[in-house]
Amino acid sequence: MMSLSLEAILYTGAIGLVVIGALGLVLSHHLFRMLLSLAVAEAGGNLLVVLAGYRGGAIAPILGYGAPGTPMVDPIPQALVLTAIVIGVGVQALAVAVLVRVYRAYGTLDLRDLVEHMQGDIAKAAGIPRSTSTHAPGGERPLPPVPALVRHQPRGGRS
Amino acid sequence: MRNLASLLFSLGLAFLLLAIAAQLGFGHTPMVVGSRILADAQSDIGAANIVTAVVFGYRGFDTLGELSILFAAATAAGLVLGHRRAGAPDDPQGGLVLSAGADLLFPLLLLVGIYIVIHGHLTPGGGFQGGVILAAAFFVSVIAKPALRLAHGAISVIEGLAGAAFILIGLWALVGDGSFLKPLLGHGVLGQLVSAGTMPLLSSAVGLKVGSELAGLLAHISESEAREP
Repeated sequence: MMSLSLEAILYTGAIGLVVIGALGLVLSHHLFRMLLSLAVAEAGGNLLVVLAGYRGGAIAPILGYGAPGTPMVDPIPQALVLTAIVIGVGVQALAVAVLVRVYRAYGTLDLRDLVEHMQGDIAKAAGIPRSTSTHAPGGERPLPPVPALVRHQPRGGRS
Repeated sequence: MRNLASLLFSLGLAFLLLAIAAQLGFGHTPMVVGSRILADAQSDIGAANIVTAVVFGYRGFDTLGELSILFAAATAAGLVLGHRRAGAPDDPQGGLVLSAGADLLFPLLLLVGIYIVIHGHLTPGGGFQGGVILAAAFFVSVIAKPALRLAHGAISVIEGLAGAAFILIGLWALVGDGSFLKPLLGHGVLGQLVSAGTMPLLSSAVGLKVGSELAGLLAHISESEAREP
């Protein structure tokens, strides 16, 4: 039990990356950190897909290398991941573009500040006073509205 | 409360993925399609690199879809960022080391990118990978010298022509052989530069398209102004 098998290390690493990415997405309050978490989770997902095509003692799927008859790894996961990486770069670039725009408009990327700013903007555009309920939780984080309280504050809640 | 919930969520996710991975059987996966492709790729397509054969041959139509996703992302980023004001201040110039390094790297990256695109059907590589390296060649220069402007008009023209070339090769196969993006022009000798029919052409078209698209997209982001005037 002292020596870990290759399989355990690789799978634990890939799944660990996915879980770290998911945790970062849920726990962080900063939009750029959320984007980085998404990139980490994507790397873990790609690694998992490539691992699914692994074959013991096999070579890369290129004809003309190695002795004839040597087993080759599955080329399909590699082809999928190859395009997924490039598409991932494109999607991340688009996300960064949106973040640049958000920063230009509000001067911050912190979700808690952004929610405040946006609620103020929405209330100003709609011409109504900002909804500040006495029932609103006073905690630091933006907590979800408690279901039992939603009835009493119809305009309350968070964006 | 929220932290606890998210911790429980990620533990559940990890357990789920581990349970799936444990059933997969490491190293001897049941790969029906993969085995068929490994056995038939040489007679079907004739490209030494089977991954490229899958990307441009068996899954050519999906590759077209992925190119359109990339195109949509680049267009949307351009739309979101908008135009730069005429007199907007540039970011500070990079130092001597950075700009000299960028000048040195530019031809090397260009050469490696073109090599990887053209040899996509023989060695590891292909249009997507080489295209990203080509884009990196231009992007390094843009980062080192923020005053440098890429010619976005020329980039759009290259991008459009490359995309049109990919579709035209597919239509040519449709007219000539009855199915879209079917490999044409014979197989040639395995391992030669001119072999595998239309694979190198498709690979070059994708390389140019991905390279120009990503270069334009990244340059657009670096040219955008971070602060409202």
